[in-house]
Amino acid sequence: MKKLIQLTINDQHYEVAVEPNQTLVDLLRYQLGLTGTKKGCEMGDCGSCTVILDGKAVNSCLVLALQADGRSIQTIEGLETGEGLHPVQEAFVEKGAIQCGFCSSGMILSAKNLLDQKSNPSETEIRRALAGNLCRCTGYQKIIEAVKSVPQAN
Amino acid sequence: MSEYTVINSRAVRVDTPDKATGKAVFIDDMTMPGMLYGALLQSPLAHARIVSIDTSKARNLPGVKSVVTAAEAGLVKYGVSPARYDETLFCHEKVRYVGDDIAAVAAVDMETALKAVSLIDVVYEELPAVFTIEEAMKAGAPVLHDNYPGNICAEVHSEFGNVEEALADCDLIKTTTFQNKRQDAAFIEPQGCIASYDLSGNLTLYSSTQVPHYVQRTVAMVLKLPVGKVRVIKPYVGAGFGIKASANPLELSACLLSMKTGKPVKMNYNREQVFQYGRARHQFTHTMTTGVKKDGTIMALKHLCYLDGGAYSSFGIATVYYAGSLLGGPYKLPNMKYDGYRIYNNKPACGAMRGHGGVAARACWEQQLDMIAEELKISPIELRLKNMMVAGDVTCNDLNMSSLGMKECIEAVKDGSEWTAKKGKLPKGKGIGMACGFFVSGAGYPIYRSDTFHGTVIVKLTEDGGTALVYTASAEIGQGSDTTFAMIAAEALGIRLEDVRLESGDTDFGVDLGAYSSRQTLMTGHAVKEAAEDARRQVLEVLAKELNVPVENMDIKNSLIEFKQENVDFTGLRTRYSKEHRGWNDNPADGPLTFREASRMAYLSKGSIVGTGKYKPPELGGKYKGATVGTSPAYGCSAQIAEVTVDEETGQITVDRITDAHDCGLAINVTSVEGQMEGSVSMGLGEALFEEVKFDNKGHVINADLAEYKIPTMLDMPQIKTIIVESNEPNGPFGAKEVGEGAIMPTIPAILNAVYDAIGVRIHELPMTPERVYLAIQEAKKGKTS
Repeated sequence: MKKLIQLTINDQHYEVAVEPNQTLVDLLRYQLGLTGTKKGCEMGDCGSCTVILDGKAVNSCLVLALQADGRSIQTIEGLETGEGLHPVQEAFVEKGAIQCGFCSSGMILSAKNLLDQKSNPSETEIRRALAGNLCRCTGYQKIIEAVKSVPQAN
Repeated sequence: MSEYTVINSRAVRVDTPDKATGKAVFIDDMTMPGMLYGALLQSPLAHARIVSIDTSKARNLPGVKSVVTAAEAGLVKYGVSPARYDETLFCHEKVRYVGDDIAAVAAVDMETALKAVSLIDVVYEELPAVFTIEEAMKAGAPVLHDNYPGNICAEVHSEFGNVEEALADCDLIKTTTFQNKRQDAAFIEPQGCIASYDLSGNLTLYSSTQVPHYVQRTVAMVLKLPVGKVRVIKPYVGAGFGIKASANPLELSACLLSMKTGKPVKMNYNREQVFQYGRARHQFTHTMTTGVKKDGTIMALKHLCYLDGGAYSSFGIATVYYAGSLLGGPYKLPNMKYDGYRIYNNKPACGAMRGHGGVAARACWEQQLDMIAEELKISPIELRLKNMMVAGDVTCNDLNMSSLGMKECIEAVKDGSEWTAKKGKLPKGKGIGMACGFFVSGAGYPIYRSDTFHGTVIVKLTEDGGTALVYTASAEIGQGSDTTFAMIAAEALGIRLEDVRLESGDTDFGVDLGAYSSRQTLMTGHAVKEAAEDARRQVLEVLAKELNVPVENMDIKNSLIEFKQENVDFTGLRTRYSKEHRGWNDNPADGPLTFREASRMAYLSKGSIVGTGKYKPPELGGKYKGATVGTSPAYGCSAQIAEVTVDEETGQITVDRITDAHDCGLAINVTSVEGQMEGSVSMGLGEALFEEVKFDNKGHVINADLAEYKIPTMLDMPQIKTIIVESNEPNGPFGAKEVGEGAIMPTIPAILNAVYDAIGVRIHELPMTPERVYLAIQEAKKGKTS
């Protein structure tokens, strides 16, 4: 039987009925029309379903929708503002860090989350933080260049 | 400073802002009103006769709208190459691998569809299965396809020159055997599609595919629909690497289910199904014997290759040819003998994956050349340069190197990696190694025998506003082709990139063979250029008449009309334009005549301005059997140098640095060329060090997930230094040729050679896992002390 949950997604409040075995990624994609979060494996291996849950980057395919009750989520749709792209998005676009784009939502959110917690990370810190986001197109080179190029407050 | 206005620069891609914001629509992001969900019943057994199929319980499950088997689908054989159509949509007599498709269900939701699949009763009579080449070729082995005795799917025997004679005359002969493993493409987006059959009998298939055109034809053929009633549309695709380069059972099933139900039907593979479907790189076992003179001149190559093909042909007949033919270059090789066998067995079929049959063969041969260089006391670089072909040379098997910047690539990586300072001077456990490679820039012939053009393009100018609309059926799968073609169109028309709007991947736009064999930049690029030039000519002809200026005295640049003569009075034209745009506040006043005005005038004079372009390569290649495979209007080539650290205690290899130079003729979008080089290196590194699809003794893939099938993560990849070489290919549009597949060729052997340099041990089998390397080190130690 479905249960009613309350959650905040991209600063917007939602009240939704969810199945007990429904994952957060399925809730986002199929019930709420937020298809920017992708499904690559449904097992937490590829990171394409990454969202930021209460300030932590998580694989939304491994989070039950019920677990998101009362919590705050940021998806890729929540990054751009009225002024335009988020600096991380801008950097990815400028540096050619996106090819097929399927890993990009997750990769950008993981990068954003890293930069929210650590400014001017070293290359090793970047690689470690984004190691859970697989990309088969880019070889990661331009992704790292993009993350390094994001303007940081000192 | 480029001589071009738009191309040969770093462009921000037209699709990446949408991909950065989650707006880009991939197949599973789509829904349609009334859409049903489809699921497949796939064989749990590797080899079995189907005794009976009972779908009654599935049909009666509430929410199920259709159940289809071979009875409904029919038995039209299909595959990739017409010479090997050995598959039917659903198995009817027997199943040949774990995952072989038996039935499909469409239901109101996925849960119901999966439940219905579990209610289909199939009675199997299990048959003995074969899982290796040896088992499959043994006398009395079970045969997968009755018309292919001995399970030999295809065999190739070719000889150019006289190998035995040449070998007899050689000073050094080296023989090595090398084996890679079955690989998976591991694109992050699994296959998926939505089929929609309407009340007028028009079928529209949306699919995550590289080849809308081939899928369209296969769907029409198998489901017995007129091709003109079938439309395939590709949304954004999360990469393909060759696995999505042919029609798959999802697409055919979804179409059939939509025809039966009259509703749109969505179907996806989950990650496990992606592994089970396979169609990725074969396991190749290469035995090569190379003969050289003592000065290093390469004289002859005798080559035997076995391909572990799996249950169906897929691209396999081309693969077995490519494995041999792509060694004809880039070194001068006057004598080459090749015997290749592709063997069926009860595992998923293998197909064409980035670099096709060339990758493992190149790895074997480039390592062997290093062994030869060492024995002759010649540097590996010197050996390559000594034997290198030059532009205009033709291989012994009739492949024409119309441009070949190989020497420049080798010199670039040598300097870029500081080879001279490092080679022979690194501490034990650190090594540096190099290798070369090349690949076709589009297959010379379509997969089905035909006089068809390989690409057709329409460039239509908006009737007002000066935008050029480019329509191409080609496939943007992440490589950046949409932007490349927009740039080519802008350059050829003379307008700014922002004045181009491109749509692609729809079979209604024309014919395009799609994204495979690294063809699109050269082949579709030609068609785009021609269509844009046609539109440009039409506009200038109208202007010529209106202004009484010869066409030769006009040019279009940066969306402005340039006149090569003085005193051209276009005020009449401008006034007419302004009168049509009363109320606009940005009408051109002073300044040069704009393309916006000129194209408006052209429309008013002629109606809609539509330029068309098309491309077909000339007849290429020799007259021997299989001559077509390996032919191409051009070849991209590259050289790579790898630097590694090997831990001799654990066998662990770390690739510290890769220096990569690729000759792409001319880089249309510099950033995209680099991106393909970097991505290729990561795929080659994965295959070299980690990747192997593993099976149990019942034919199940046991590492069918991205945790146990290990592709490189950010922690595994080194910094890659990329250098673009531009040899200006005469057969390419603006001199451009490929990068997408040629760039993977040198990676594995560069690492193999670097590992040898580090620890003095040769590895002849992939992947170079720590266990394999550790055991090889122990073997070598034993050999030294015995």
